[in-house]
Amino acid sequence: MPSDATPLFAAREPIFPRRVSGFFRRLKWAILILTLGIYYIVPWIRWDRGPALPDQAVLVDLANRRFHFFWIEIWPHEFYFVAGLLIMAGLGLFLFTSALGRVWCGYACPQTVWTDLFLTVERWIEGDRNARLRLHRAPMSLRKARLRLTKWAVWLLISVATGGAWVFYFADAPTLLRDLVHLQAAPVAYATIGILTATTFLFGGFLREQICIYMCPWPRIQGAMIDPGTLTVGYRDWRGEPRGKGGVKRRQAAAQAVGGGDAVARYGAAAGKDLAAPRLSRDGATLGDCVDCHACVAVCPMGIDIREGQQMECITCALCIDACDDVMAKLGRPRGLIDYLALDDEPPVVPGATAEVAGLAEHPAGEVAGAARPHWQPKPLWRHVFRPRTLVYTAAWAAIGVALVVALFIRPEIDMTVAPVRNPTFVTLSDGSTRNAYDIRLRNKHGDARPFALSLAQGTPLRLALEGADDARVTVPADSTRLQRVYVTAAPGAVAAGAAHTDLRIWVRDTISGERAHDDTIFNGTGEPK
Amino acid sequence: MSDDRRIDTETGTETTGHSWDGIEELNTPLPRWWLWTFYATIVWGVIYTILFPAWPLLSGATAGLLGYSTRGEVQAEIDRVDLSNAKLTESLATVDLGVLEANEDLHRFAIQAGRSVFAANCSQCHGAGAAGVVASGYPNLLDDDWLWGGTLEDIAHTVRHGIRNEEDAEARFSMMPSFDWLEREEISATADYVRSLSGLDHDAEAAQAGARIFADNCAACHGGDGRGDRTLGAPNLADAIWLRGGLHEDIVRQMRAPRHGVMPPWGDRLGEAEVRAVAAYVHGLGGGERQVAEEVTDAQATEAATVPDASFPAGAEETPSQTGEPDVQPVE
Ligand code: SF4
Ligand code: SF4
Repeated sequence: MPSDATPLFAAREPIFPRRVSGFFRRLKWAILILTLGIYYIVPWIRWDRGPALPDQAVLVDLANRRFHFFWIEIWPHEFYFVAGLLIMAGLGLFLFTSALGRVWCGYACPQTVWTDLFLTVERWIEGDRNARLRLHRAPMSLRKARLRLTKWAVWLLISVATGGAWVFYFADAPTLLRDLVHLQAAPVAYATIGILTATTFLFGGFLREQICIYMCPWPRIQGAMIDPGTLTVGYRDWRGEPRGKGGVKRRQAAAQAVGGGDAVARYGAAAGKDLAAPRLSRDGATLGDCVDCHACVAVCPMGIDIREGQQMECITCALCIDACDDVMAKLGRPRGLIDYLALDDEPPVVPGATAEVAGLAEHPAGEVAGAARPHWQPKPLWRHVFRPRTLVYTAAWAAIGVALVVALFIRPEIDMTVAPVRNPTFVTLSDGSTRNAYDIRLRNKHGDARPFALSLAQGTPLRLALEGADDARVTVPADSTRLQRVYVTAAPGAVAAGAAHTDLRIWVRDTISGERAHDDTIFNGTGEPK
Repeated sequence: MSDDRRIDTETGTETTGHSWDGIEELNTPLPRWWLWTFYATIVWGVIYTILFPAWPLLSGATAGLLGYSTRGEVQAEIDRVDLSNAKLTESLATVDLGVLEANEDLHRFAIQAGRSVFAANCSQCHGAGAAGVVASGYPNLLDDDWLWGGTLEDIAHTVRHGIRNEEDAEARFSMMPSFDWLEREEISATADYVRSLSGLDHDAEAAQAGARIFADNCAACHGGDGRGDRTLGAPNLADAIWLRGGLHEDIVRQMRAPRHGVMPPWGDRLGEAEVRAVAAYVHGLGGGERQVAEEVTDAQATEAATVPDASFPAGAEETPSQTGEPDVQPVE
């Protein structure tokens, strides 16, 4: 391979996003505080469930195989609740992506949130974009070392807190914290904290956008779920192009405006805005609204230029919208040169520019927009959010949600499953009676031990007895299951003793609350009627 | 193909020169950290094969510097469990069986241990479900009929010393003599009488004659009323359970050429704790009999209470009491 060929590998281009302020930045702050707050605080919320059960509101109790969520307790056999929630999460992703593109990536993904937090720390310590760029280029000095070390130390603190918070979801938080400090916690707790600390530090501090570009599957999945009606962050090139620094103050020149000016005017009229005043460059050519100030590029945490069109890297964090709106405000132009937009809302043609509007490339550049679609105008926002596609997702999502809630409220507090013992199917006793054995699993979801009474359906000639007990009562400890062997006997000569199968219903009653449950099974006889 | 390489105008990246229907492939460079990660995995792999068993040799594989083996890990796990159960096992070997059931933890431990002992040593004859094999004369252990007694102590004794085991003086031993010196009709009449004891179809006239023959020849062991004698292992002939079959010809055959079950002694092979464990398991299968009449004395009750708690292996996933594991579980 010749030496001037593309190198096989390349170092990461460092990105120094500039500070930005505006609506979307504030929204992102709010979401950051909310999500991080939830993450760090939730394990410390207490919830009284009685003496036998943990008093942590949200607890994944792996040792006892229980998931506690406030008043809800999920047992392993109720894992379908978790499965249902996961399906809802998946459908929710479809829903949000089809309506709002990669909104998850832009606002709520832990990778985004923690990177944002780390960037903020970086900005506090090392200064804004230009200062950081200078520091990056400067040779190592005492000051540089000090700043770097301070930054890393703060990152490390955040990372430890992040890894630390995770393990609190799996054990009683105050106890675990005490054990952790006294170096008495389980090794797995330290290992988990260690691994999560390392990944947080590495992913938030150094890998950042590399995670999204190279490692995460979401961009591919979400990219495939976006359609032209999806709202996503984009640059209105028909309005911005041709970009350039204006030479002459903008003036009213709508009448003789060609290309861009014409389309812009029509769009502005449709949108109720006066966009009909094009800027002119130094040599008198008509310019679009983009002053090529690179503000949108400077703030981008992914290091891309949104003006090049939709890109795989863009996480739709909307910071470039804030940055550009700022510039437009200073120029006295309407906001929204970069904005949440749907591709099918934009004029199908890019007048006077070479770039193509993605998805509509079949229209030859330079064709007048108005001629192609004379009555074209942008749809209102809600028409993008409420579309057949999103409504179908919402319906499916809500159906599962309703089903889960209903299931949650009708599930019994006591529960029984009966498994007949089939080896052998029956035993003949010395008095000639026929006995079947059943293994009955009793579940007591109450916070205290419950004495359960087992019985057969009324009027049956069969008798029920318990192994190792004189009566048909069995106490199941609080919040646990108990397997109890039960014998059912048919007297010699009874119909059930001679029949091959007899239907059998076994009842269990909570002698304190009176709740009842039952399960149906079969009584096996000799099959030789007498 | 590589002649077609060019710089892509959109991205500024060189293409590989590969083109399919006009779709070209960019030669985008790998991220450097990716390459480092790749090298790191290679280094890790090499170190791993030095430390752990890895390279195949003619017989076996390199042992690795750490001397790790999965077999060793299993052995260590077994040792750990044995160690943590040591006290419990010792209690089980020495506790008075009359009060074993009073200590719930120890009793549960015994039954669970007994289940494995049974599956490994007893199920070959008595069946995995302990239902025995009638055709071969292996008794059903689930019912309430016991040839030699069905209390915990009785069962443990049987397991320990075996049945008709000539090497052990304490083994249960008895022989039913052959009655083929009786007339054919006499034997047949006796069989009718035996069937009448448990209300089975019989020839009433013959049974009357059989009653006399029974009183003269059989009652010594099986009792005047045919209810058997456990000290002799003489079966109860008046109940519904027939180890050798209850048909008329079955009974005739047994009188003419008696068959006797043999059971090996397990005391030496299993050790006292396991003997007791399997006795507790069998006792809990639905037919176990309570020790009769003997009141549990205060001293015994205290002893039962002082047996150490079931200490399940530290760090084990769960203890049976936590998951509500069964006292008795079906042996499939
Ligand atoms: S690309 Fe992946 S890691 Fe990046 S923000 Fe989106 S979901 Fe998160
Ligand atoms: S281009 Fe950059 S700043 Fe703009 S939304 Fe995408 S990722 Fe954010």
